[in-house]
Amino acid sequence: MAKSTKKDNVLVELKNVRKWFAVQSGLLERLLAGRTDHVRAVDGVSFKIKQGEVFGLAGESGSGKSTIGRLALRLEEPTEGQVLFDGADLSALSSEELRRERRRMQVIFQDPMAALNPRMSVGEALRHPLRIHFPDQSKEHRQMILDILARVGLTPPENYYDKYPHQISGGQRQRVVIARALITKPDLVLADEPIAMADVSVRAQLLALMNELKDEFNLTYLFITHDLATAKYICDRIGIMYLGKLVEVGDLKEVFTHPLHPYTQALLAAVPVPNPHDRRTEPMPEGEIPNAINPPSGCRFHPRCPVAREGHCDVESPKLRELRPGHMVACHYAEDYL
Amino acid sequence: MATQKNKSKANENPLMQIEGLHVRYNTRIGQVSAIDNVTFEIEPGEILGLVGESGSGKSTLGKALLNMLPSSAGVDGKIILDNENILDLDYEGIRDLRGRRVSMIFQDPMTSLNPVQRINQHLLETLDVHKAEDIKENAISRIKELLERLGIQKERIEDYPHQLSGGMRQRVMIGLGLVLNANLIVADEATTSLDVIVEAKLLDQLREIQKEYGVSIIVITHNIALIAELADRVAVMYAGRLAELGAVEDIFDRPLHPYSQGLLKSVPNIQIDDEEELYRMPGETPSLIDPPKGCRFHPRCPEAMPICAEIEPSFEEARPKQWVNCWLYQDHTDKPEQRIVVKD
Repeated sequence: MAKSTKKDNVLVELKNVRKWFAVQSGLLERLLAGRTDHVRAVDGVSFKIKQGEVFGLAGESGSGKSTIGRLALRLEEPTEGQVLFDGADLSALSSEELRRERRRMQVIFQDPMAALNPRMSVGEALRHPLRIHFPDQSKEHRQMILDILARVGLTPPENYYDKYPHQISGGQRQRVVIARALITKPDLVLADEPIAMADVSVRAQLLALMNELKDEFNLTYLFITHDLATAKYICDRIGIMYLGKLVEVGDLKEVFTHPLHPYTQALLAAVPVPNPHDRRTEPMPEGEIPNAINPPSGCRFHPRCPVAREGHCDVESPKLRELRPGHMVACHYAEDYL
Repeated sequence: MATQKNKSKANENPLMQIEGLHVRYNTRIGQVSAIDNVTFEIEPGEILGLVGESGSGKSTLGKALLNMLPSSAGVDGKIILDNENILDLDYEGIRDLRGRRVSMIFQDPMTSLNPVQRINQHLLETLDVHKAEDIKENAISRIKELLERLGIQKERIEDYPHQLSGGMRQRVMIGLGLVLNANLIVADEATTSLDVIVEAKLLDQLREIQKEYGVSIIVITHNIALIAELADRVAVMYAGRLAELGAVEDIFDRPLHPYSQGLLKSVPNIQIDDEEELYRMPGETPSLIDPPKGCRFHPRCPEAMPICAEIEPSFEEARPKQWVNCWLYQDHTDKPEQRIVVKD
């Protein structure tokens, strides 16, 4: 189990990670039932993120993609399994060591208005991480802040330094959040639906900015999104989640052109295409993503799956296996789509 | 009973006419001009997509169609339905309008449905409030039929909203819209909170329902790709004005307004052979408290001319059945080259 990974170019590795959340219930209920129910938000997920790549995690709400992001940065403790960051087991670190490692991993969340303190000016918000991680360079802080503001497109930066979040637009606020994430010179950035709240015209700007910054700062992104069309413009590899499990993972182009899991196929077909001459005709699978407290037996997609076979898919849980180079899928019948 | 209403015919009168509509809100920091001089028609039996970014006025426009704007809003202009201006209706008239003639589906079905009322109670209450005696006969069987048509099993009509999935709840909302035989359904971001597969299924159903019941549906959304999948015609709004209106194929194949052009180029497309980079439209949507003078898009427009910063263009038919609000297609004095004449 404790085989240390070679320090090649893997930055993040999840090894069979589980995260179960206890469901809140009354005392009487607990006594009567004699057990606590759990939401199996993440249920045995393994993958690696290579240095310098953009790894996308996509899936519907309740698939566990955001929980994985939080686990990868140890914002959440795994119930089981290991999270390795640059070869080190995050849960084995002392709080002091973890704090130092945190400089190297930063987050961009969906809603910049919630991510920024309304009573802190832009300058103060960006000074905060510098005080924690670069306390002995306090004389240079102002210049560092102005530099990064200019870099994320808030020019001239002096105009933004003393502004409060409510005084700038939504797109500008998200740029401030990006600047705050990058000011500690991180290696890994978790971007959880970073552009979902922005308008179409602003989305394209933010995506382009994130792409540029990635090259300039040598970043690795864990990019979480429900929007596969957006993923196409930024992700190198993508993992598809369904009900706490990774059902398919591979290079984005490969997965998008040769999806091997019936769920991935449905998900891709469901994405609307901005071309009225090319309307979708494929029927959609029945039902909705089930409850993660009592997930279906066997393959979790089998109740909605068009090719599920009785006595197999509802009994045996499929393992993630490599069917094409670098392309893994968890489906008993994926060979049929090769 | 489903097909009592005629399906759309080519040369029918418009279902609804919106003429010179203005909506202003007074706020602490000044007057917001949310809708500025909007004129267009809704045809019977069409799915009209109303797209725009936040602050474009699309939701305000949707509410105006049900005379649902707050009393503090300053409303001018006309909204004509069956030869009467619905903005002049009294209390009784408004109650009759909402539900029986025009109905609305909102984004979040959980806040639209009463959590302590069963699904069938919602539907029965709707019939009751509107004193729809004519339809109330066989109401239960009609409701069951309607819900089944929407893919909700008969047994589920005794359920409470929280027992249904998000997609089912939204279908109940559609059912509520249909139960009184409204001619026009306004769906404001109705599929936005749903997951993509559920959303796709709901789109299929909206399309089927439109055909079967012959209703007109206005789909208000920020999701431009969704409009391409669903709509017959598209209206593009920008900063409280209609930028462009036309058939969905025309708008996507040959958008005329520089805003529509930029917007369409910045929409992500999942098809893998498509462009690797999205167009980045400069700037952001303006504040409606102090909107730019002249054409409200001119500060962001790559084609802007001096006149655009001075005088507002008018909404004109630049090609048959395609209207655009842009000086490029209209006569004026300071044009560098000749007016662009759009050929078919």
